[in-house]
Amino acid sequence: MHIQEEYSERHVLSLTVSNEAGILARIAGLFTARGYNIDSLTVADITPDHAISRITIVTSGPPKVIDQIIAQLDRLVPVHKVTDLTDNGPFVERELALVKVAGVGEDRIEALRLADVFRAKVVDTTIESFIFEITGTTDKIDNFVALMRQIGLVEVGRTGVVGLIRGKEPN
Amino acid sequence: MAEKSGADILVECLIDLGVEVVFGYPGGAVLPIYDALFNHPKIRHVLVRHEQGATHMAEGYARSTGKPGVVLVTSGPGATNAVTGITDALMDSIPMVVITGQVPTQLIGTDAFQEADTVGITRHCTKHNYLVKSPNKLASVIHEAFHIATTGRPGPVVIDIPKNVQIATAPYEKPETFEHASYRPQTKADPAAIASAVEMLAAARRPIFYTGGGVINSGPEASTLLREIAALTGAPVTSTLMGLGAYPASAPQWVGMLGMHGTYEANWAMNKADLIVCVGARFDDRVTGRLDAFAPNAKKIHIDIDRSSINKTVEVDLPVIADVASALTDMIALWKDRGHKAADLSEWWARIDGWRARNCLAYPDSHEEIMPQEAIAQLYKASRSAKDVIITTEVGQHQMWAAQHFGFDEPNKWLTSGGLGTMGYGFPAAIGAQVGNPDSLVVCVAGDASIQMNIQEMGTATQYRLPVKIFILNNEYMGMVRQWQELTYESRYSNSYSDSLPDFVKLAEAYGWTGIRIEGPQELEAGIRQMIDTPGPVIVDCRVAKLSNCFPMIPSGAAHTEMLLDPSQVEGIMSDEAKALV
Repeated sequence: MHIQEEYSERHVLSLTVSNEAGILARIAGLFTARGYNIDSLTVADITPDHAISRITIVTSGPPKVIDQIIAQLDRLVPVHKVTDLTDNGPFVERELALVKVAGVGEDRIEALRLADVFRAKVVDTTIESFIFEITGTTDKIDNFVALMRQIGLVEVGRTGVVGLIRGKEPN
Repeated sequence: MAEKSGADILVECLIDLGVEVVFGYPGGAVLPIYDALFNHPKIRHVLVRHEQGATHMAEGYARSTGKPGVVLVTSGPGATNAVTGITDALMDSIPMVVITGQVPTQLIGTDAFQEADTVGITRHCTKHNYLVKSPNKLASVIHEAFHIATTGRPGPVVIDIPKNVQIATAPYEKPETFEHASYRPQTKADPAAIASAVEMLAAARRPIFYTGGGVINSGPEASTLLREIAALTGAPVTSTLMGLGAYPASAPQWVGMLGMHGTYEANWAMNKADLIVCVGARFDDRVTGRLDAFAPNAKKIHIDIDRSSINKTVEVDLPVIADVASALTDMIALWKDRGHKAADLSEWWARIDGWRARNCLAYPDSHEEIMPQEAIAQLYKASRSAKDVIITTEVGQHQMWAAQHFGFDEPNKWLTSGGLGTMGYGFPAAIGAQVGNPDSLVVCVAGDASIQMNIQEMGTATQYRLPVKIFILNNEYMGMVRQWQELTYESRYSNSYSDSLPDFVKLAEAYGWTGIRIEGPQELEAGIRQMIDTPGPVIVDCRVAKLSNCFPMIPSGAAHTEMLLDPSQVEGIMSDEAKALV
């Protein structure tokens, strides 16, 4: 007997939640308990009184599973609202990465040139290294990191995706 | 305002919330609460013998009275012992509030004596849980916890209270009614969905109501409304295990339970229906059988208060997100308003009667051995003399035989562990039901194996003079395990024989109960009569045929139309695909 894999698609979900102890464990645990995927997850409070946080989750699964994920998230007591940005688009998504690259001579110049093409900023430098700050979609960052790997990538830190619906209305 | 200790605030909140009884077990981290209870005789405390027992008692109390069950246990092992019952309540949507003691806040995270991460452990087996770190928050959390446990789709809520928070003081005033910031369950259906549902129902020629525990959770009114809409439409009614009693088993439109051990007529009617109206059920795998062969030609309406139940396993044509009673009220009003009359379903009923004629619940007669089905049928017959009967069960063959052969005409009279399938549920649930219904005849139908999983609660029944009856169908096997081994593993009975069983009659006597042994068919009727007529608690050790199987049965991975009706259809082996299913 073999176990079949299912067709799966990527969705960006944006949640507002009460900023209370355990909320992140509650959400992350729901994904593990029900066997859903998390590709990235970001969280920070977004109101002046720190009462509400926005959590952005990039997940993947068959459309039916994505519907279930939304319904399951929605019934958690501290969850205020769940929006599927992918289904309610168009939307903007951004991720920030810090990319450390080491090298001298031509490599150093090439790294700077590529950083310019990708609109990455130099936020730290030594004679033999740079840290670039780059913002963009997940794809763009993947591409930049892949190029830097050929030059002398040391390490990468990424924030995961945040996103908002385009236009004047809230999510 | 005079300040009160956290423990006093807790007890006053319970009184303000109308709590009459708490099932619990003391320990170091809840001593302040126990001291507060000592001074508040208004709340009755039932001292259990094991914390799992407390949770099932609370479930039995809740399911039979409609009120939330309340549990009080200590930190660490007290809380972890409660986890099975909490999970059971989550799976079967039982309103329950579990108060756990915790080590003082300054010791949390230090691996202190009897410390366990209770909120971490119970996060995914509760509807919601709380760790209360300040006595100022205690009152609002307790009131909120009861609100969450009892509204929407009911479920268990855990409140973890560190010992220093029980001692520290804060002002207490009964909280005003509040609006929760994010928790607002939808109870009223979208009128457009109601209108579509009514039109679909009016147009159907082969409709069936598939009802579940949600009808019972919605309250007695929902059962009345279900009877009304069934009468208006003339459609057959089937139910899940959890929903038995919402629609009377004695009514002509009742076609019996559906699913794995449901009736032939219920499963065939589901398969051939053109419209299934699912009312407060959730298309569980025990009900649907093989998904791609489930009700292939039926439109499906799904009435459920929990949106996440919609399209979870079976895609439906029309979701109606609402409380059952509210949705049925709206549907009945609109049905009458639009002047709909019951369609001519005589052709559909003729087919159903054809399936009924298979007499699928028939079992072989025996003069030497007691057939377990016959024991249940006799129990049903004899218990009709009692003015109110509540049946609880453990989990296994006896549970299915009870579901098949005992007729339930009212809701809240049938208490069983459906979703989690917890052996050890039935006996403590019977104690809880008896606490909530002191004048009812409460019988736990048990197996010889599952009764041993919480048998220590006999002491609880003795202590509180609760006249519960335990009716053991003793076949010296974990019967359902043995049955699956017979069907799937060529009768290799690996570890399913109940060796070294206690003498249940002597055990009864040891606890001050009455013990009755029934050894043959000629003793059955008198033995059951004696059980019912004995005023105190009774164990009946009813020796039944050892190798009986529970039929009909839809084997794993089979469709509704592939029911096994009797042993001659059993092959004794299964494909790996079927073996891999639950």
